[in-house]
Amino acid sequence: MKTKRISSTKATDELIDRLRKARNNKELMFHQSGGCCDGSAPMCYEVGEFMVGSRDIKLGEIHGCEFFMAPEQFEYQKNTHLMIDVTEGRGSSFSIEIPLGLRFMAVSRLYTDEEFKNLEDI
Amino acid sequence: MSYSKPELKAQYGNYIGGKFVPPVNGKYFDANSPVDNKLLTKIPRSDADDIDMAVKAGYDAFETWGKTSVTERSAVLNKIADAIDANAEKLAIVEVWNNGKPVRETINADLPLLADHFRYFAGVIRGESGTVADLGGDLVSQEVHEPLGVVGQIIAWNFPLLLAAWKVAPAIAAGNCVVLKPAEQTPVSILILMEILADIVPAGVINVVNGFGIEAGKPLATHPGVRKMGFTGETTTGKLIMQYASENIIPVTLELGGKSPNIFMESIMDADDAFFDKAIEGLVLFAFNNGEVCTCPSRALIQESIYDKFIARVLERVKAIKMGDPLDESTMMGAQASNDQYQKILNYIQIGKDEGAEVLTGGGKFDNPVHPDGFYIQPTVFKGHNKMRVFQEEIFGPVLSVTTFKDEDEAMEIANDTIYGLGAGIWTRDVHQLHKFQRGLEAGRIWSNCYHAYPAHASFGGYKLSGIGKETHMMMLNAYRHTKNILTSYDQNKLGFF
Repeated sequence: MKTKRISSTKATDELIDRLRKARNNKELMFHQSGGCCDGSAPMCYEVGEFMVGSRDIKLGEIHGCEFFMAPEQFEYQKNTHLMIDVTEGRGSSFSIEIPLGLRFMAVSRLYTDEEFKNLEDI
Repeated sequence: MSYSKPELKAQYGNYIGGKFVPPVNGKYFDANSPVDNKLLTKIPRSDADDIDMAVKAGYDAFETWGKTSVTERSAVLNKIADAIDANAEKLAIVEVWNNGKPVRETINADLPLLADHFRYFAGVIRGESGTVADLGGDLVSQEVHEPLGVVGQIIAWNFPLLLAAWKVAPAIAAGNCVVLKPAEQTPVSILILMEILADIVPAGVINVVNGFGIEAGKPLATHPGVRKMGFTGETTTGKLIMQYASENIIPVTLELGGKSPNIFMESIMDADDAFFDKAIEGLVLFAFNNGEVCTCPSRALIQESIYDKFIARVLERVKAIKMGDPLDESTMMGAQASNDQYQKILNYIQIGKDEGAEVLTGGGKFDNPVHPDGFYIQPTVFKGHNKMRVFQEEIFGPVLSVTTFKDEDEAMEIANDTIYGLGAGIWTRDVHQLHKFQRGLEAGRIWSNCYHAYPAHASFGGYKLSGIGKETHMMMLNAYRHTKNILTSYDQNKLGFF
């Protein structure tokens, strides 16, 4: 089995379910942000809200949601696995979980050599 | 000296049309202070109805404000600056509770700069003018400036008052009316400022609507009455703002952060003098504003030949950074602005360790005995190489990544090897070397033998993924107005085509 580039915690899956339910089961997606203030964090939107870039990299899916990142950012984090977790906190930005006082966050860890050789294709 | 907690109302309204009004939907959210993670006040959780009301109030005011003479507009901006000066201490203390930064910075940096930005734009609009060209014969061309109308501005939480001034001052100086949405982590100080300015700014010229991005920010950015969007934040939301702007074909100014290099050449150690002392401080400025600055000098590039001696002196200074109660004037670093920010910074510190970067000092949270529930992190210095994630991704905290270089070419290559280009610093005693870096570095602001100075009359804005457009400097006026061309023929004779 290939190594996944992205995964989610139980808290993340439950929050995704809660957000979907509040939106008549609309499909959701993620885009990893870079830069200032609230950057370097995953942004969650309804599918169609955010236009995914034609060169953006799809890292995989978490709980049925596609997860994308700009290719320039991917260059520097491709040796790390991202696990999407949830923390209490008041992020700003347009990510849809923020009004709940919760924030998705990316927890990174380096792949082992073996995992790195066997990564899922992008 | 330490300051006590300011008295705030239990809840605030939106500031629309010169009055505080409750949100239409009656919803509020808790604004907690990062200093102690306790409730400060309640803030409107606004939506499209409040935005619509604010845009309308803006246009009601624009009928007059857009035609008000620059003499009068300038006088209002000067009165704003005077009122800020008169209330500086109060605002400085509120800003500490709002954002978590230390009071010695709000008193000595945020507040003086806040007043000065209004005073600067009050001044420059009196001294500039459009142009007239005699195009030959009887044809005269005039380029005149006209305000856009109502503009939308969404700001970040690291300088809640100062970033508001950066955007609001030029916009209203140019004759626009503003709908401002502050960041939801730090909504309080701008409301206290509006209380102070209520009798000075004509009703509807500055409107403040609080709320969350998707609920209040989106209706603002997509409102057909909004003629321009200014945004400070991160890249994904920056792209989203551009996408929204395409709906109504309006311009945007985006300020999206950076990973700024701060380069130290060997000549700085030619003498152990005042300039060398300044260079040490120049490096330690990564901890200014708790590292929560878009232009944080978060990558220090040090020439190999001086590395050992220089880093020893630097670490001495970093270890002397006093943490504690942000309200105490001797405290140098306060709280990070929110819990999620705090968690993210700790995650990055872990990534740095995992990637093999060496921790030279710090490397974890700071247990603050005065405020045990606040969000405090030790100033942290990593040594590693430029391909590591802590060298490439903006952490937005007091985390410095240090690496070394052999010569000028290698320094330039490492400095420019980043997807961002907001700021850069170069420290050297060699003027020829200084010039080479000033022109070779790919960034919008090259601090040369200084860092973290933000005068109003110096332009600020990013190269590469750091954004679009400029802030500060009078050139910013043109980002908030139309240029109308008036072409007048004084010739009595027809063209002859028909």
